[in-house]
Amino acid sequence: MERHFEKDLNELKERLLWMGSLAERAVHQAVHAVLETDEQLAKRVLDEEDAINELQIEIDDRVVQLLALHQLMAVDLRFVLAVSRINNDLERIGDQAVNIAQSATRILRHPRVKPYVDLPRMSELAEEMVRNALNAVVRRDVDLAQKVLATDDQVDHYRDQIFRELLTYMMGDSSVVYPAFELILVAKNLERIGDHATNIAEDVIYIVQGQDVRHPTVDRR
Amino acid sequence: MSGRLRWRKFVSGFMLAMTGVCALVTVSVLFFVLGDLVVHGGTSINWNFFTKLPAPVGETGGGMANAIVGSAKLLALASLIGVPIGFLGGVYLAEFSGSTVAFVVRYAADLLNGVPSIVIGIFAYALLVLPFKHFSTIAGSFALGLMMIPITLRSTEQFLNGVPRALREGSMALGASKWKTIQAVVIPAAYRGILTAILLAFARVAGETAPLLFTALGNRYWSHGWNEPTASLPVVIYTYALSPYEDWHRQAWAAGLVLLGLILIINIVARAILSRGISVPRA
Amino acid sequence: MNAAARESSSPAEMRMTISKLNFWYGSKQTLFDVNLGIAANKITALIGPSGCGKSTLLRTLNRMYETVRNARLEGEILLDGKNILAQDVTQLRRRIGMVFQRPNPFPKSIFENVAYGLRINGSTLPVAEAVEKSLRHAALWDEVKDQLHKSAYELSGGQQQRLCIARALAVEPEVLLLDEPCSALDPISTAKIEELLVQLKELCTIVTVTHNMQQAARVSDFTAFLLTGQLIEFSPTPHLFTTPGDPRTEAYITGRFG
Repeated sequence: MERHFEKDLNELKERLLWMGSLAERAVHQAVHAVLETDEQLAKRVLDEEDAINELQIEIDDRVVQLLALHQLMAVDLRFVLAVSRINNDLERIGDQAVNIAQSATRILRHPRVKPYVDLPRMSELAEEMVRNALNAVVRRDVDLAQKVLATDDQVDHYRDQIFRELLTYMMGDSSVVYPAFELILVAKNLERIGDHATNIAEDVIYIVQGQDVRHPTVDRR
Repeated sequence: MSGRLRWRKFVSGFMLAMTGVCALVTVSVLFFVLGDLVVHGGTSINWNFFTKLPAPVGETGGGMANAIVGSAKLLALASLIGVPIGFLGGVYLAEFSGSTVAFVVRYAADLLNGVPSIVIGIFAYALLVLPFKHFSTIAGSFALGLMMIPITLRSTEQFLNGVPRALREGSMALGASKWKTIQAVVIPAAYRGILTAILLAFARVAGETAPLLFTALGNRYWSHGWNEPTASLPVVIYTYALSPYEDWHRQAWAAGLVLLGLILIINIVARAILSRGISVPRA
Repeated sequence: MNAAARESSSPAEMRMTISKLNFWYGSKQTLFDVNLGIAANKITALIGPSGCGKSTLLRTLNRMYETVRNARLEGEILLDGKNILAQDVTQLRRRIGMVFQRPNPFPKSIFENVAYGLRINGSTLPVAEAVEKSLRHAALWDEVKDQLHKSAYELSGGQQQRLCIARALAVEPEVLLLDEPCSALDPISTAKIEELLVQLKELCTIVTVTHNMQQAARVSDFTAFLLTGQLIEFSPTPHLFTTPGDPRTEAYITGRFG
């Protein structure tokens, strides 16, 4: 028997996914603003930030109402709680994208430090993590979520690599410090984006299996 | 086992046995009566009994056709008088039970129930026999009808009160007037009980003799219409039993058997109707 | 409150208006100066602890209190702008139907139960059609369509209650009053009836009394909280259950008392 609150749950999911697609797009545009030194792209990211923040507020309101008005149980309850968390992660992803876009506007005032090799690969991975995490939410796909968790190490690895490389450049030529530093920040932001995607993946596992897989080192009794 | 305990067990067993014996005695009385009637009257129940008029005094043969028909007429008219009044009165009491009038009616009905049947007979005599200077079926029916009223009235009231208030509310919430509710919901819900009550009232007056002595009196022949005196089973039993004729004695036994049989059948049917379930089961 | 899951009505059309309502049973006053608007085609729930007067309030709306002696009412109750106290009560009760706490089908067949109101009040459709329509609206048709002649008492509790709803709907009321309609039912039957009520909004305005406030939270658009005969708070349901205005309301819905 279909209950009328299922309509509300579906709407909640749709709003969340819409927010996810906006966040995904923001990351993509911000990264390409850096890689292709495209100022327009960077500006677009900054303009679209508000939409993401409004969605965060709207989704939180919906979550409060669903919890207050319907005695959600089991998977429905876990879903709504997870949505509340994913909501925040998506907003943070949006913020990171904005940071990247801001770095992009600053970098383009300087000549390119070096050919971008690792950065594109890292950003592709990060974007893929976000995309997969959101797909895992839609399809409630635990395997896909696990894949996201596994990819995080690679992203961290790329960050370290980019750090080391750019550090060498900065030490060799002090005129490139400014742009190189911004690039390090971009890498840092991408790594954070990966972390947030990981959080989302952990929430998917929580929804589907009821298992809290955060902090594996913590003793659960 | 101590002596005290043994004594208590004995007393307990003895008393239980006594209750069983008394119950048995009660039941066996009915069987003795029935048995007696069958033994003495069974042989006289034949075709003649049901179809022939009484033979001239002293002759054998003859039957009780007129008494049977007479009883039937008396009871039919009595029902026509007593049942509608009792029924509608019961409806009134059930639906307007709080009022002072209802209290008075209830009290009066109970009193009427307690009036000896012979007194009712005298009353009917004074009202319907004296002024017209002759006995009649109508007077007899009137007396019997009066006796049916209190039984029907109180039973109807009781069964109607047994219908849950929720049913009435349900009907009224649909826009039905009070009378419509009573007619279409409450009465149908209680009909089994009411029907039983009517049957039992009928059975009760079927055997009444005293009132008929002053009103319908008796008739050795067919009584025509409603204005003539008529024979009836109970009165005929009375007359024949006190007569010196052997044949008549036998016929009296037979009549008693027929009467008792009729009453027993009515009672059994009434209980069967009631046990098929009250119309409104508990939710 | 932004666009949330439950539609809020801005300029809501009021089907009924209750003004300055005071009520007495004998010398005991049980409702004190109640003012309330019932929005058209929405579900309004009356909640509150035992004895707060919510059932009493409900029963004033179709004048069922008149079946009780010593019941007295002061104030105004309007249906579409006209005072119900001035109208003929049997006509009024066709327009305002009621479903009771315990299912109370008549000792008749399923068909005759639903047809009862039609036979009394007349019907625009042929009776058989109207009966089918009502049973469909009450989500009972599929379960009983082959046994319409059977006694209503052969149905389960939940089915009997839906039959009572069908019976009330048959006369096409503008308002349907439900007095704790699920309190005698099991959880599955309760869920079925709650879903039914949400769908019935399109047909009529619904007012329901419930002692189960979660039920009010689940199905109603507006909720009124009563306490010892007074209306404490009345607002859109999402608002009342997330940010109630009165501390007494909050104490009640958080289970601190009642």
